[in-house]
Amino acid sequence: MSKPKIGLFVTCLVDAMRPQIGWATLKLLEQAGCEVEVPRAQTCCGQPAGNSGDKRGAAALAQQVIETFEGYDYLVGPSGSCVGQIRSYPTLFSDPGWRKRAEDLAAKSFEILGFLHDVMSWQPEGVGLNASVTYHDSCSGLRELGIEAQPRALLEAVEGLEMRPLNGANVCCGFGGTFCVKYPEISTAIISEKTANIAATGADILLAGDLGCLMNMAGRLHREGAATRCFHTAEVLAGMADGPAIGEDA
Amino acid sequence: MGAPEKSENFKQRAHDALADPNLKTAIERTTGTAETKRAAAIGAFPEFQAARVRGAAIKDHVIANLDHYLIEFERNATEAGAHVHWARDAKEAAAIVTRICTEAEAKIVTRAKSMLGEEIGLPHALEDAGIERVETDLAEHIIQLAHERPSHIIWPAMHRTREDVAELFFKDHQPPPDADDPASMVASARRVLREKFMAADVGISGANFLVADTGATCTVTNEGNAELSTTPPRIHIVTAGIEKLVPSTDHAMALLRLLVRSATGGEVTQYTTFHCGPKRVGDADGPEEMHIVLVDNGRSRMVGDEFRQMLRCIRCGACMNHCVVYRQIGGHAYGGTYPGPMGAVLTPVLDGLAASRDLPHACTLNGRCEEVCPVRIPLKTLLKAWRVRSWDSQQEVGAVRMGLGIWGFAARRPRLYHFGTRLALPVMRLFGKGGWIRKMPLAGGWTETRDLPKPAARSFMSQHAKYGNGGPK
Repeated sequence: MSKPKIGLFVTCLVDAMRPQIGWATLKLLEQAGCEVEVPRAQTCCGQPAGNSGDKRGAAALAQQVIETFEGYDYLVGPSGSCVGQIRSYPTLFSDPGWRKRAEDLAAKSFEILGFLHDVMSWQPEGVGLNASVTYHDSCSGLRELGIEAQPRALLEAVEGLEMRPLNGANVCCGFGGTFCVKYPEISTAIISEKTANIAATGADILLAGDLGCLMNMAGRLHREGAATRCFHTAEVLAGMADGPAIGEDA
Repeated sequence: MGAPEKSENFKQRAHDALADPNLKTAIERTTGTAETKRAAAIGAFPEFQAARVRGAAIKDHVIANLDHYLIEFERNATEAGAHVHWARDAKEAAAIVTRICTEAEAKIVTRAKSMLGEEIGLPHALEDAGIERVETDLAEHIIQLAHERPSHIIWPAMHRTREDVAELFFKDHQPPPDADDPASMVASARRVLREKFMAADVGISGANFLVADTGATCTVTNEGNAELSTTPPRIHIVTAGIEKLVPSTDHAMALLRLLVRSATGGEVTQYTTFHCGPKRVGDADGPEEMHIVLVDNGRSRMVGDEFRQMLRCIRCGACMNHCVVYRQIGGHAYGGTYPGPMGAVLTPVLDGLAASRDLPHACTLNGRCEEVCPVRIPLKTLLKAWRVRSWDSQQEVGAVRMGLGIWGFAARRPRLYHFGTRLALPVMRLFGKGGWIRKMPLAGGWTETRDLPKPAARSFMSQHAKYGNGGPK
């Protein structure tokens, strides 16, 4: 069987804020037996426009993503919310041609952990992390893509890792894209409940599958003086959680 | 009771709500309990998902055949002896009700809790007509004493703690109840209300369902106040939105199973009453006249647009109980009749988008509301539909439009975008101390309360262009 050919969708946040998540995703895909390319013509999935009601702006970016990625067997990215947006592309087009192309891409677009577990049936081998860990279910991944059991199953294979359940793990952290800067007071009230729950686990490390949520949680934890370290789940699985966590200086 | 607040000062009201620790306690007590009880009830109802699909299908069928069922309902209700009235909007509906009360020379009117009554401004209209209005739902009684509006569609006084209520009753009830004893408080409310039930000339209720094939209206309560409001008085007036129609009693029961579990976590309400026409010859009691006011108020317009699925709503309140925003700011901050996710979809219909633009935007789009909705309303999609209308009608804030415009321009030009990222990242890093940025121009919304991780020195795309799939090292 030939290797599936993957177009890695890096996501704009990972590109600018934490490239290591992109490297971890690439490494995991290669370990799982995929051939990975990083198309140069990618930028953003269009979510900021789509969630602000700018349907035309979102459709223009959707066309770019479709043109860039439709030639691959799969589009895979380290974010449930960006992949959720890509899966919703068909709703942006009334033109049947574009709608068809959007549907085709949506059908082969996956979030990294769901892809490794469900499509590649891959399990990590020889990866260890001596730490207690808690996990937040990012909303888009959880409710749009059904990412819930997969990251937990994959993390179970990491040696030395102690998983601690998070009270309200499936409750939004208050990020919500532009929501967090449009309504900062409400967002802060929401994230403060989340960080209190995280602190109550006493875990060394917080994991999640979306950098937006992670930046929100890590940023609030740090402002509150908490010592909890934050990583993307892919970083742990790729054995790349031995370096600086989000917000720690290299 | 003041005139309905407009939803336009949302941010200020949300700010005030967040500053009130008492409110937070009250919200958490009620919604927390509701969440736990609902989860238990759903857990004990294995066919819940199938029931949701059926519930949605029943409502969709009625909405698609609304004209048919409205006429059938009118015919059967009339045959049962009720008078059916049609109201195009809130004003007309309130005018019909006050006219019936005035013509009957009513002095005291009892009212069983009805959100539709709030929607059409009925409390206000009755007071303007000089009629004594008595709210008979315990929570509505509290609201009336506090001169407030409901903050939740199931628990109108949920923003008030037990301690607040004790204070209100102590001032109003004679003799005052024992403030430390909830049973004594309930007993005194019961005594005060009981006198009014028997003295009322007109009783006004809403309807949870309008049953087309019998012409009956259905109310569900846990206090029995709807029965006491609708049976002893000479006249019973029902006000109901036209989307409350169901084809038959069986359909009402199917929806009831969803409604009660989703609202309170119970299996059935204490009282479920079907009111079919006025007192008949040989009946022991009942009103001499029954009036049913069918209210449109924007609903028939929704049948024809993208908000049609919102007409499925059976007003259970599960969406707000599971909403992270509602649970922080409570119902009053929304400023409309209906709060929470369902209110954020409905208020722009009722009050106009210009006056309520914040509501569909003040949402993280986390999707928990539509996950728990018993009739599978795609609330997230509908909230986004309002955002599209807001954007298309140029109502989005100028700075946001400009920011997104610049972003979109660059994002559609990958070379420019990657070049821009290469330039921007080192500039952003100048604001960092250690790995974090505590303050940066244009980032106040974030950095006021959170630190921002310092961005990478080089973007992933730029690193990949240099090192290929092997990466740096």
